[in-house]
Amino acid sequence: MENSLRRLGAHEKARITAITASGEMGRRLRDMGLVPGTEVEVVGRAPLKDPVALRLRDFTLTLRNNEADCIMVEKMEGNNE
Amino acid sequence: MSNSATIALAGNPNAGKTTLFNAITGARQRVGNYPGITVERKEGSINLEGIKINIVDLPGCYSLSAYSPEELVARKVLVDERPDIVVDIVDATKLERHLYLAVQFFELGIPVVLALNMMDDAKKQGLHIDRKRLSGLLNCPIVETVARSGLGKQELMQAALAHAKERGGIWQPLKISYGPDLDEALGVMENLIESASFMTDRYPARWVALKYLEADEEILSNGKKLGGPAQELEELVQKTKEHCQRTLNTIPEAIIADYRYGLINSILRQDVLTHEPTQSERIDMSSKLDSVLTNRLLGPLLMFGVLYAMFQITFTLGEIPMGWLESLFGWLGATATDLIPAGLVQSLVVSGIIDGVGGVMGFVPLIAIMFLMISFLEDSGYMARVAYMLDRVLRIFGLHGCSAMPFIVSGGIMGGCAVPGVMATRTLRSPKEKLATLITAPFMPCGAKLPVFLLLIAAFFSENEAQIMFMITLFAWTMALLVSKLLRSTIIKGDPTPFVMELPPYRLPTLQGILIHTWERVWQYIKKAGTVILAVSILLWAAMTYPGLPEDTASKFAADRQSITVSSQNEEQQQALLVEIDNLEAQAALRNSIAGRIGTFFEPVSQWAGFDWRTNIALVGGFAAKEVIVSTFGTAYSMGEVDPEQTASLSNRIAADPAWNKATALALIIFVLLYAPCFVTVVTMAKESSWRWALFSTVFNTLLGFSLAVIAYQVGSLFLA
Repeated sequence: MENSLRRLGAHEKARITAITASGEMGRRLRDMGLVPGTEVEVVGRAPLKDPVALRLRDFTLTLRNNEADCIMVEKMEGNNE
Repeated sequence: MSNSATIALAGNPNAGKTTLFNAITGARQRVGNYPGITVERKEGSINLEGIKINIVDLPGCYSLSAYSPEELVARKVLVDERPDIVVDIVDATKLERHLYLAVQFFELGIPVVLALNMMDDAKKQGLHIDRKRLSGLLNCPIVETVARSGLGKQELMQAALAHAKERGGIWQPLKISYGPDLDEALGVMENLIESASFMTDRYPARWVALKYLEADEEILSNGKKLGGPAQELEELVQKTKEHCQRTLNTIPEAIIADYRYGLINSILRQDVLTHEPTQSERIDMSSKLDSVLTNRLLGPLLMFGVLYAMFQITFTLGEIPMGWLESLFGWLGATATDLIPAGLVQSLVVSGIIDGVGGVMGFVPLIAIMFLMISFLEDSGYMARVAYMLDRVLRIFGLHGCSAMPFIVSGGIMGGCAVPGVMATRTLRSPKEKLATLITAPFMPCGAKLPVFLLLIAAFFSENEAQIMFMITLFAWTMALLVSKLLRSTIIKGDPTPFVMELPPYRLPTLQGILIHTWERVWQYIKKAGTVILAVSILLWAAMTYPGLPEDTASKFAADRQSITVSSQNEEQQQALLVEIDNLEAQAALRNSIAGRIGTFFEPVSQWAGFDWRTNIALVGGFAAKEVIVSTFGTAYSMGEVDPEQTASLSNRIAADPAWNKATALALIIFVLLYAPCFVTVVTMAKESSWRWALFSTVFNTLLGFSLAVIAYQVGSLFLA
């Protein structure tokens, strides 16, 4: 099931299926390692629910919810949390 | 490369690049700026095997795209200065991520040596990296290092030197396959570029073709200027783009990134990287810390605690050496007064130079302590969390999570200082947000504005001092945020810079790193104090001294003095009368000075806000330093120089003056809070942005402050008077 990254709950894991951002935003996301096929896990949200912190490729990344909207993901099985 | 060589240190932010640079070069560093931008250029040199090695520390970047000034600078140094070798520092615990930059160096073709840094962490996490195999697959030497302890730095430098010699400055671009669709287009473009020698003096042909496909702004605009095959290349790119869109529903840029990560993955999977299932300690420790430090309830509380503590420490601890410096300059002034005969030269040396430079040097302890703490918070990884937690609020006003720190330092909690505040905007990597922060940070009630507020509150609102002070702070924050919003939706318009930011693991900073960082800031500031600031302070002194009193007026005061000394009063009375005459003369001289004339000239306009010529002169003086406002008031009210700490008599005098009422006081409080920053701040702003923006803030803030003061006075006169 494909969804935007924003809808992912804390400690849920997913695999990126597409990046819909273009231009500077898209380039920035790709440079930081957000490309299709990458596994990401939501590790937390800021006190006001935005930005969100992700874990991917052994490092932690934060992005705003409206930026997370550009990242399509499919939830992975075995979310044991 | 006979007896000297240049090594460029490159790597992702948080890869430990600066730590390694410090470990290699020690204190032998030079810091400057790349022309036109505020990215720092750090260089150092060492001697190795009889060869003088010059080391350039490139700004940390994630990629070689044209996304940030850091990346543009890194690219420029590589292609224009052609260092003999690039030492790419990668965090061994984040190999996949960090090799993305390395791959782009390989594509550029420049000789590279890889430093596998943080090997100690990698081992703790149970990561095993087959260095020999990786080195073979990447076709470049690899050295393991631990920057914090300096482990491997010698070996790294030797390997770099050896590899540089071996390659002899020859660039060998790596050709990566980007799949059938792109490879075909790349081939055609490469031939086109090669045959027209299009930018090939700087970049390899295939690299130019790649950048065209990646829609790289810098290369595209340079290409347009050159003409040649630029038009044809753009058409080819357009065709490829449409093709990719049609067949793969994606864009070339995305395909290129995919293949680069694909290549890295395929290399790492060839038994290069193995993970033994042990506890990944640092991540665990970091996420454990984060579950407390960025917790919904505890996080903000702890953050405000940390920020408040930092503020308190800076200003409490800073006060002690500031006191010493004050005494030192006081002593210098007194000595100069004794040594130099009274007159213009004495006045210039004491009031112009010593007071001016002394006032500026007084900030040095503040800046030093502030940056010690800011460096600690940054290097430890906590600063990124502050930005993470505050971003949601600050974004509403077109700012960034990192804007909080400069505001607080500038006086967001009563009594800061805009100079270190403006310098703290360096932590903002997004240029528009940084500019808005920079312009509005001086609105905060800094320590030097406090005596003015206290004076006016004591005179007119003495019954609720604390509430008024609190309201002033609140008003300052409101203005800073609203004006930021205004600026960001008008002249600094633009989409918010993407927040996409790494949250580095928590680390204990190295003492050396913090000290070097602090020293750089302090030294830059001192250098400025010696030049621009000295000149401006002399200029302001002259404005408040010249042209002096006309002869007939001066002789009238002399005659008055004469008549007192011969009168029959006792000595005490005579002394008092003499002081009174001195003060009257100082008042007359000040009114006749250039500053006084400016004040008088503006009186018709400033009357709208209830300010007379005396206030105007004080405000002109306040441009030198806000502390000067109170002492200039003293002179203008012919009370002699008033110590900003002892203003009771002055406040009584103002309270009794019929020209003053609550509305005037309110208007003046608002104006002093908002008008032009003191010139030390202006110079610092120019350094952090440009003179254009520094001047803009001077004019804009003054106009804004004046408009609001007029409103406050006019409305206030109806209700308060």
